[in-house]
Formats: sequence, C-alpha cells, structure tokens
Amino acid sequence: MNSHQIPNEHHIKQQSLIRKLLMDRSQPGRIGAHIPQSDVPKQQQLPNKYLRKELPLPEVSESEIVRYFSQLSQFNFSIDHNFYPLGSCTMKYNPKINDEIASLPGLSEIHPLQPEESIQGALKIIFELQNLLAEITGFDSTSLAPMAGAEAELAGMLITRSFHKNNGDTHKTKILITDSAHGTNPASAVMAGFDVISIPSDKNGNTDIEALKAAINDDLAGLMLTQPSTLGLFDTNIIEICKRVKDAGGILYGDGANLNALLGRIKPGELGFDILHSNLHKTFTQPHGGGGPGAGAIMVSKKLTPYLPSPIVQYSKDEDFYSIYTPKKSIGRMGGFHGNFGALVRAYSYIKTLGKEGIDQISKNAVINANYIKSNLEEYFELPIKRICMHEVVFSASNFKKHNGIKALDISKRLIDYGIHPPTMYFPLIIDEALMIEPTETESKETLDYFISSMIKIASEAKQDPELLRNAPHNTPNSRLDEALAARKPNLRWQKKD
Amino acid sequence: MDTKNYISRYTPNTSQQKNEMLKDIKGVNSLNDLFADLPSNLVNPQLNLPGPLSELELKNELTYISKLNHTPGEFSSFLGAGSYRHFIPSIVRQITSRSEFMTSYTPYQPEISQGTLQAHYEFQSMICQLTNMEIANSGMYDGATSMAEAALMAVRITKKKRIAVLNTVSPFYIEVLKTFLEAPEIEIDIIHNSNSLSPDTACIILQQPSFLGNLEDIEQFSNLAKKNASLLVVSVDPISLGMIKPPGDYEADIVVGEGQALGIAPTFGGPYVGIFATKEKFIRQMPGRIVGQTVDTNGNPGYVLTMQTREQHIRRDKATSNICTSVGLIALGATVYLAALGKSGLAQISNLCYEKAHYAANLIDSIPGYQVIDNGLFFREFVVKCPISPKKINTLLIENKIIGGLDVSDQIENGMLLCFTEMNSKKEIDHLVDNLKNIQAK
Repeated sequence: MNSHQIPNEHHIKQQSLIRKLLMDRSQPGRIGAHIPQSDVPKQQQLPNKYLRKELPLPEVSESEIVRYFSQLSQFNFSIDHNFYPLGSCTMKYNPKINDEIASLPGLSEIHPLQPEESIQGALKIIFELQNLLAEITGFDSTSLAPMAGAEAELAGMLITRSFHKNNGDTHKTKILITDSAHGTNPASAVMAGFDVISIPSDKNGNTDIEALKAAINDDLAGLMLTQPSTLGLFDTNIIEICKRVKDAGGILYGDGANLNALLGRIKPGELGFDILHSNLHKTFTQPHGGGGPGAGAIMVSKKLTPYLPSPIVQYSKDEDFYSIYTPKKSIGRMGGFHGNFGALVRAYSYIKTLGKEGIDQISKNAVINANYIKSNLEEYFELPIKRICMHEVVFSASNFKKHNGIKALDISKRLIDYGIHPPTMYFPLIIDEALMIEPTETESKETLDYFISSMIKIASEAKQDPELLRNAPHNTPNSRLDEALAARKPNLRWQKKD
Repeated sequence: MDTKNYISRYTPNTSQQKNEMLKDIKGVNSLNDLFADLPSNLVNPQLNLPGPLSELELKNELTYISKLNHTPGEFSSFLGAGSYRHFIPSIVRQITSRSEFMTSYTPYQPEISQGTLQAHYEFQSMICQLTNMEIANSGMYDGATSMAEAALMAVRITKKKRIAVLNTVSPFYIEVLKTFLEAPEIEIDIIHNSNSLSPDTACIILQQPSFLGNLEDIEQFSNLAKKNASLLVVSVDPISLGMIKPPGDYEADIVVGEGQALGIAPTFGGPYVGIFATKEKFIRQMPGRIVGQTVDTNGNPGYVLTMQTREQHIRRDKATSNICTSVGLIALGATVYLAALGKSGLAQISNLCYEKAHYAANLIDSIPGYQVIDNGLFFREFVVKCPISPKKINTLLIENKIIGGLDVSDQIENGMLLCFTEMNSKKEIDHLVDNLKNIQAK
C-alpha cells in the first residue's frame, strides 16, 4: 500500500457507503421534493377496495440523491471522458448544442396529441428531417417512427412481408442474412414471421456468392446486408448480390448501423438497396445514454413508400401547412406516438450544423482514422482479412490465445487500465477472438497515437506478464464480475433484509 | 457561413495531420484510394443539402421553429391520453444531463459501467415496489411496445395463439398490438366485458385506469384469466399507483405501462420508457435488458447485464425479442424522479391529480349541455359529452390560450377526454369551466 492512501478499512467503508441502495438509505421523514398543498376543495375519496395499502418507496433527501447519483456517475466511462472505440457502435462526440436545442420548451413541453395547427414547428422538423435523410441516403421517402435501430429493422421486415403479401407472393417466406450481421437482423426477421437462412462470408469478407446462389429460390423474400459489413469492409459483391436478389423478386434490406463510413461517399439507395435503416444514435449523434434512447429512421424506394410505418409528415405548399398522415398500405404504428422526437431534434440539429460541407467530411475522417490504426497495429495483432478497411477494423487475438491463453477479453480489460474503453469483443462471431475497433471521425491523431502505443504495450505485456492482463482491470470500482453467478442466481431487485 | 475552406468543428485532424496519416497507411497514396472498393460510377454523389450553420445561427433558427408550436405552460393544457405533464424536480434533468450517464453506451463492460448498472437495478427495484410485482426489466421503448412484447411473451408461455384486449385500452396501443401481432398470426379479440372468452386465449390485456379514465374491476378479469388458463396483463399509469391498488395485488402475470409521467417531459411523444414487470417464474421469457447483482473476483458486490442468453446478440433468430438499444437514460430519469418524490411525494402527487380532476368534473357536469360520463370511479381523466363537436370547442379554446382535451367522438358522441394534474391550478380549471360555459351559450 502506498503511504498516501487511506487505510484499507476506510476505503471499504467509503465504497460501501457509495454503493448503498436508495431503500437502504431511506429514513422515515426524509423529504426529496416538496409538493404544494391542494388549491381545490376536498373531494369524495375512492372506495377502499381501489386504494393501495402501502407504498414502499424510499425516503431520501434531495441533497443525498444528488450526491448518490453523482458518485455513481463517476463509475461510468463515457465518450466525453475519453476514447471509446467500440466497434459498430459509432461512439462519436455528441454535440452539446443539440441537447440544448432539444430542451427548448417549445420542443420538450409539447404534447403529441395537440391539434396540428398548434404543432407546426415540430411537424416542420420531422418533415425536413425525413427529406434530409432521404437525400443523404438516396431513397424516395423516410419514416421516423421506429424508436431504435432494431425496431426499424422490424419495420423493414414487416414492409417486406406486406409488399409480397400485397403482390400475392405469400410463398416468399425466406430471409437470407450474412453470418457477419448483427444479431438484431435474424431476431427482427423472425419477429416479422420469416424463416432465416444464414449466408457465409467468403475469404475476403464479402458475401459468398456461390452460397448465395445456392440459397436463392422462389421462396426468397429478401436479403439483409450490413454495408459496410461488421468486418469493417465494403462488400464488393454488392452489385451482383443486388442483381441476384432482385431477379428472384426479393427485397434488398440495408442495415445502416455502419452508415458513418458512407456519408457523402455513396448513396445506398443508388447502390440498389430497397430499404435502409439508420441508427440516429450512432451516425447522427443522439447520445447513447447508457443504452438509449435511440431512434431508427427507415428509408425506402418508391415502390415501398406506401408501406411505411405511420405517422409520416407531409407539407402542403399552397396552405403552408404541415400535417400527419398514414400511408395507404402502412404496416401500422411502431409506438404509442410519433417516434423518439427528442432524438429526431438532435439529429436534425446535427445535420443542419454540418450541412453539405460537414457531412462530406465525416466518412473521410472516420475511414482515415480506422486505416491509420490498422496500419500501425497489424504487425502486433493478427488481421484476419487483409484489405483496406472502412470506418472500423477487426483484429483477432487468436495468436495470443494460442501462445499463452491470453484472450480478447484480457486485452480489452487491460485497455481500461490505460484509460481507454475496450473495443467490441467477440463480434462479429465469424472472427475468432475478435477485437473490433471503430475510432470515428471525431478523434484526433494524438488520441489515436496514444491508443496505438497502448495497444502495442499491451501486446508486449501479454507475452511478458500475462497475469497483469488476466487480472485487469486494476483500478475500477469493481474487478471482473461473476456473470455466471448473476445468471444462475438472479438477484434483480432490492429486498428487505431480515 | 464561409464554406470554401470549411472545417467541421467536430473533426480535429488538420489537412497536414491527415496527410501524415495517409503516408502511414500501406497501399494507399490518396484519400480516394481508401474508397477504391466502392463502385466508381456511384462515388461522390451530389448532395443536395443546405450549407453548414454556426452554433449561433442554428440556435436562432431552431428557437424560431420551436416558437411555431403552442407550448403547454404558456397555454394551459388538459391533454392526457397516455402522455402527461407533471412537475419535474430540477435534479432529474441535472442528473440525466451528466455526461457520464448521457454519453456512455449500453453497459457491456461492467467494470466501467457500474453507474448505469446500479441505477438500472434501482429502477427495476422501484418498478417492482410500485407495481407489487416480483421482477422487472430495465425498460422498453414505451408503454405501447411494452404491451405488444407482453402479448408476445404470453403467447410464448401459454402456447396459445389468441389474445383478448379490453375495448377500453388505448386505441393507439391497440394499433401497435396489430403491427406486432399480425406477422406471427396472433388473433386479437376486442372484448367488452368478461362474458365470453375463447379457451385459446393467451392473455387478457386491460388498462388501469382505462383509456377513458375509468377504474376497471380488475378482480373479475383476474378470476376469468385464472379460470381460462390465460395470463392477466395490466397496463398501468404509474402516477396512479401512488394511490391505487397495484396490479400485483390482483395477481397480474405481466404489468406494463408508460413510464413517461415519472419525470420525463412530454417531448411530443418520445423518448419515453416502457414499464415491464412480471413474476419470477417467467424470468427467462421476459424481453429487454435486465441488470442483476453479483460479486467481483474480490468478493465485492457489483452489477452486470444478466440473463443475456435470452437476447438477440447471443440467440439471434431464437431470441425472446430483437431489442438492443433501449431507453437507458429515460429509465435513469424515472429512477431519480421516484427517489425524489419517494413514499410521501408520489402519494401527494397522485392525490392532487385525483382532487383536481374530481373538482373539475363536478363543475363541468353542472354546465347545461355538458355531461360527465362516469360513475365517480376515475383517477385524473374523464370523458365529457359536449353540446357541440370537441374539435370546434378546441379551436375556440385555443384562442383563449387553452389546449383542450382529446377528441374521442369516434368512441363517444361529442366526447372529449380531459386530463388534470398538479400542473393545472384551480384558476386554470375555473378558466376552462368559464370558457366551456361561454361556448355552450353560443
């Protein structure tokens, strides 16, 4: 122990005080918020059978709540804090002005069911964002109803289903999905009633054309493709994939989780996609919030426009009036109201801030940054597919594993000691011991150089002092946690101690 | 703004740095080489977008757009129907604005996500306490999708292929049920009472209080569900639970609901947070993210995302749901709200809503031509039958800076669904009543 540190028993006391749950902090009579007295005469009570007997909520003072959550917050790693190269998650800087705009009373206080004439500003934002996203991605129309990427996928699959059904093609029941795709793809396709067939990738990381040919039959409903793939590679078979899917009467669905790589470089609609979703909380900077909220825009080609989920906002130039409508063959409503408006406002602010010139710079910077990392680390970490990458690069820790059992997990946890968030680990599933690194365009060369030197140092530590990695991280509120125990003996809520 | 030499303020690398970096990248001589895999005939398309804006220009423009809306607060508002305006203690926004919470990802690396994880464990705990259920997840997109996921879960558990929905459930929610249940070919029976129920019913779904504000007799549906081997799904308004008997007391199997009223601004409909709670025996069929307590290698308690083998990133096509990004920050806001109001505060808020709604109902019912449709058993919303169409009334009210209730004339002739919370002062309510009187006189 360093002599400047406080005695261990005090350290333990301090930690257990911070970790104490609200119900254990509760003292009868403590007040967290004062509620005004009623200004109307006392009314007749509800009959007893409708009333609850006790309300077991905590009693904590306002000051203590603020301290508790502030202390908790410091246990979190965030993009504002440091480099967060979590692959496929596009952890870019979230501009502060967007949060301020979203908090304007005229945007945050309005009710979703107000008459249209009283919400022209909100409808204008939705209408313009629909158009901006359609323009950026090269599609006919947009719906902003889905509340996350996965919900947009579900919407896309339901559109695919309705389209075939409407054409009398009820035999089209099969969706092909590449094996590098996000898990949400197959889960969403199944929720839309499809059977899922997995298509392997070839040795260059592209969709395997021979396997694709073999899987295409008359029952093909569509194919879900992430472009660029989760290997961080542009699928150069795209033109042929598109032709084969369309010749068989299928719909080509684009998972836009990695859209950041393509902004301004190519329009997915022009590549031949029929549908594309975009995670506005990735590419268009809605903050991730420790797991949401997000928003999932869905863009479609002309033939699918009538199927979009509701609501859509339209504009009448003659009357200078924005209104809400449901497309003719709409798959319906994806949520209680109009989608995650707060996230839409942030995406709108972001696109308006960057404009044409700024949008154009995103992918260039993101792709340079990823390739710079790739080139500087490929002599230390195995690069399973040797190509120019797009916005992210996937390494494998399999060489370390073979040598002395050091895993992608150990390298990731050690990176925390260097003050950097780990990459996405063990994904895509087709790469053994995958480490998927996405730097984004908002990181400086200096930050990347620090990351590169840290990774190189860890590579040498892995050989010289593997225990250092196996026991990492060393300076976090918790050391490695027992996830198996959590699943075996679920403890999901506070319980009164006897 | 000068666009000729425009450099985004969000991208730090200078041209010189980028050139240095390009030199380090093997097999590449220029920026264009990095995009050589893209079909050359489609690369660098025209982008028909406006030019960039400075922060000052953006703020002016968006402030202007925001003022095109009529904002509750400047207008008195009596709209509810699933989105509610409540007092939000300032600490809720202060804490959710902390960048450690706001700009972190889903807590996949638990050692550096204990803040989010512990807060979500608190959320799950308080949702259980509020609903009197055994377990809860850390939130769904919103109340409507929670209900749809509950229906899918009930089908998985009972292996039956129909669901029964009481006709007093929100029509918006019923539309979402249709979206989610059409593909898996689950039939929806809209029921009016407890008389008829197909034996093939996976669950009965009801809303407490109902969409039109009334309190349902949950007990009879609970008995019916038991008799029919169906699950009971109850959608709750969490503010009402400060006063009203929680669904756990009626042995509900799944409790869902819109959590927005718990400290989240109306925000034109989202982001909100869906409540999802159930019985422990159904844990492996529950959708969504779940946080569990465990220990670390030093024996200290800590939290992790758990039961992940139900989820899409592991199970892919066999997952219980496709949910990935959810509404973590909103769940945090609701947690801070519940902590701040606590035991006495939530009961007081609940009571204020009740008192004001009943005060208003008595006054409005006494205006000739207006009739409140209720039997006294409502919480903070009720339907009033108006002498003329609610649409017309609302247009007249807006001229006097009042946002009236929801037009429900498709359900009840000239029906208007009015909502009252602690945000509506007696003065505001009296003003509304005076205006309704005047409209009646016209």
